Amino acid sequence: MHLRLSAVLFFFFLVSPVSAAEPKRPSPLKSGAEFASADIRAMQTDDFANPGMLWVARGETLWREPAGNSGKSCASCHRDARDSMKGVAARYPAIDPGAARLVNLEGRINTCRSRQQQAEPLQYESEELLALSAYVAHQSRSMPLKVVIDMQNRRNFERGRDFYYRRLGQMNLSCAQCHERNWGRRLLNETISQGHGNAYPIYRLEWQNMGSLHRRFRSCLHGVRAEMLPAGHPDYIDLELFLAWRAQGLPIETPGVRR
Amino acid sequence: MLARVLVPREARRGEVIQIRISIRHPMETGFRYDNSGRVIPKNVINSLVCRYNGVAIFRAEMGSGIAANPQLQFYTVAQASGEFVFEWVDDAGQRGAERAVITVTG
Repeated sequence: MHLRLSAVLFFFFLVSPVSAAEPKRPSPLKSGAEFASADIRAMQTDDFANPGMLWVARGETLWREPAGNSGKSCASCHRDARDSMKGVAARYPAIDPGAARLVNLEGRINTCRSRQQQAEPLQYESEELLALSAYVAHQSRSMPLKVVIDMQNRRNFERGRDFYYRRLGQMNLSCAQCHERNWGRRLLNETISQGHGNAYPIYRLEWQNMGSLHRRFRSCLHGVRAEMLPAGHPDYIDLELFLAWRAQGLPIETPGVRR
Repeated sequence: MLARVLVPREARRGEVIQIRISIRHPMETGFRYDNSGRVIPKNVINSLVCRYNGVAIFRAEMGSGIAANPQLQFYTVAQASGEFVFEWVDDAGQRGAERAVITVTG
């Protein structure tokens, strides 16, 4: 029975017209940590040596701190993040039912701030937002990324995919040219990674600081000499969804450490 | 200033124990310029001291060659139950402190 069903499905996929832009996941899937040097991997795995844990610790404090006119903290509603936030980062970006738009973890935190806490949204790339998003994502560490592409987010997914394959900037390069076709090969002194977002926000030694995935997008766009969109831009969130789909199954590493 | 310290909660008398501290600090070198071309003034944690029950057991002087968010690690011998107190100051005069308690048995 099962065999027949899979045979039918196989046949269906074989004959169904495959769209030219239908993307493939890299195989085997490799986290960015696997392309990093042994020192950096050791730094990431050691919870004390990992500088990102300073932001996680800050996030834990912020989680319990009341904010805004409501006087509520994150913990007032969500209680212990170790239970309530477990696995949440693995499902993001997700559609926010209230606003019917795609939001990432940072966006979700800010929506909570304005709707529930009646507080000012946090600036993208601010210490506070990096700390909170690192803290929340850290609760899902070692859980596999799992976003579901459905009717609601299909358009966002397609826009993200198109962004990924679009040649940009003076170098006329798309994301795919490095991270899909040439991962594992050298670009000067750097091994090109598969470009997954499973460890963000990360502590990057070059930045000497914590940074979000959108900061990384801006770095990449700067590298190909393309126009950089501001962090938090909807196009970046669509791309984030596509990347989450592409990295499906990779465990979350937040806070990651990269060179 | 945010910092994390790692001191064993318990140790036997005479045991060699590892002490670690990590501090959130930009460690601004003084060699960088901002977007309008002005020098960003040097601001590093210039000195740090760790006292074990009031006795200074570790002292560090740091300069612009130390990376942001410095992390220090050293060893000492567990002698008596009590407290490790870390204190540090940066070029801007900002002070930070952190403490950790240890129980020594035997």
